[in-house]
Amino acid sequence: MGADQEQRTIRCLVAKVGLDGHDRGAHVISRAFRDAGFEVIYSGLHRAPEEIVQATVQEDVDVLGISILSGAHDTLVPKIIDGLEEYDAFEDTLVLVGGIIPDDDKQELKELGVAEVFGPGAPMQEMIDFVRENVPDRR
Amino acid sequence: MTDDLVEELLAGKHRALARVITKIENRQPGYREIVSRLHEHTGNADVIGITGSPGAGKSTLVDKMAATYRERGLTVGVIAIDPSSPFTGGAVLGDRIRMGSNVGDMDVFFRSMSARGSLGGLSTATTDAVKALDAFGKDRIIIETVGAGQNEIDIVKMADTVAVLVPPGAGDDVQMLKAGILEIADVFAVNKADLKGADRTVQELREMIQYRQGDVSVSAGHHGPDAAIEDLDKPQGDDDGWLPPIVETVANRDEGVDEFLEALADHREYLVSAGRLAERERTRHREEIRTLLREDMSKLLEEEIEYRGGLEEYVERVRERETDPYTVSDELLGPLAECVRRKREE
Repeated sequence: MGADQEQRTIRCLVAKVGLDGHDRGAHVISRAFRDAGFEVIYSGLHRAPEEIVQATVQEDVDVLGISILSGAHDTLVPKIIDGLEEYDAFEDTLVLVGGIIPDDDKQELKELGVAEVFGPGAPMQEMIDFVRENVPDRR
Repeated sequence: MTDDLVEELLAGKHRALARVITKIENRQPGYREIVSRLHEHTGNADVIGITGSPGAGKSTLVDKMAATYRERGLTVGVIAIDPSSPFTGGAVLGDRIRMGSNVGDMDVFFRSMSARGSLGGLSTATTDAVKALDAFGKDRIIIETVGAGQNEIDIVKMADTVAVLVPPGAGDDVQMLKAGILEIADVFAVNKADLKGADRTVQELREMIQYRQGDVSVSAGHHGPDAAIEDLDKPQGDDDGWLPPIVETVANRDEGVDEFLEALADHREYLVSAGRLAERERTRHREEIRTLLREDMSKLLEEEIEYRGGLEEYVERVRERETDPYTVSDELLGPLAECVRRKREE
């Protein structure tokens, strides 16, 4: 890719799953991604894992950013990842998790296939750079 | 690779459909071949365009439409187009937030697209994405876009049936409608009809439709003023053969959605019965071919300009008044034209 005339735009889904109703962070990140030139699809609040899977598959996003502040990441993230696998969408989607994640769980999430976990205070530029560097190379 | 993708799409694999649309959007290598191969499998879906001012309730109505179609056993594809920033190219595509009625239902395929920059081709990309959904086997395809600007009008014009959404009390919006959108509406929906001012908006639209038909005085002469207004409630014959009905909806409460879909179906029936569907298709394909020719042509020209070392030198010479834009255009196009003419004579 890249050699072609039209440059590729990075597409991201910023997702809020479960009962957690705090989306200030998700808004700020959506905005920052937009300003970085990404196309951002925001899921809205209180989405079920299946909805996130549906959106990821249909929108064919390069990056799925899951924001969870409720502590339910242990159940929600695996569900999403299973769903993505079901539709062959896991392999070439960069899955990120943001929110309050204890260190022990961080490791666990990464073993599941989450590329990176960003906690509170993670610099925006760091996330943008991470996405740019790690976005799956599809052709 | 493209073979597999087309096969998989035709076999009903969602991932393949999503990937094909991505290739179309990005104009990735191979996308032309894909779309070419899909074309023969298209032509089975009803394509509906929905447009209206921001906040008119398009996304909510589209959500309810999709749910209602699903209840009737039909599959649905939605393409929602949002503007993108002309500065960064970035965009927040928010229409998906409203899609709450179709949770986890993969037979509603919802895709957000951004109006990417001025490199344009948005209408081409949308046409091609509609083809992908059509070939995939969707029964109804909805194109949703903000009704502002020529670009958007071009997009909805690709639909068989165009619905324009108007929120109540929208004096200014009705003004906006005058500027080009009124003419393309096959059906009007006054959404949020539970709000104050809905009646008035319906009334205003009626008057405008009368003006559009240019038959205010004529019908008054024939039937008297009351009858004329009465007649506007249902579609019936006149010059154009179709008077856009006005449907009142409250999308978030799911009111009037059935009536709205009825009106869309009526229009479809009208198109089919009067042989006008074929005419619309012809117009559309004509437009499609012309747009594609223009795009391909300008690509060829870009290539030529590049070969000649870019435009900058010409620009500078024009600025120095050594030459002028017309001469530059002749200079660049001349060899091309000559080549084409020589070929023709062979």
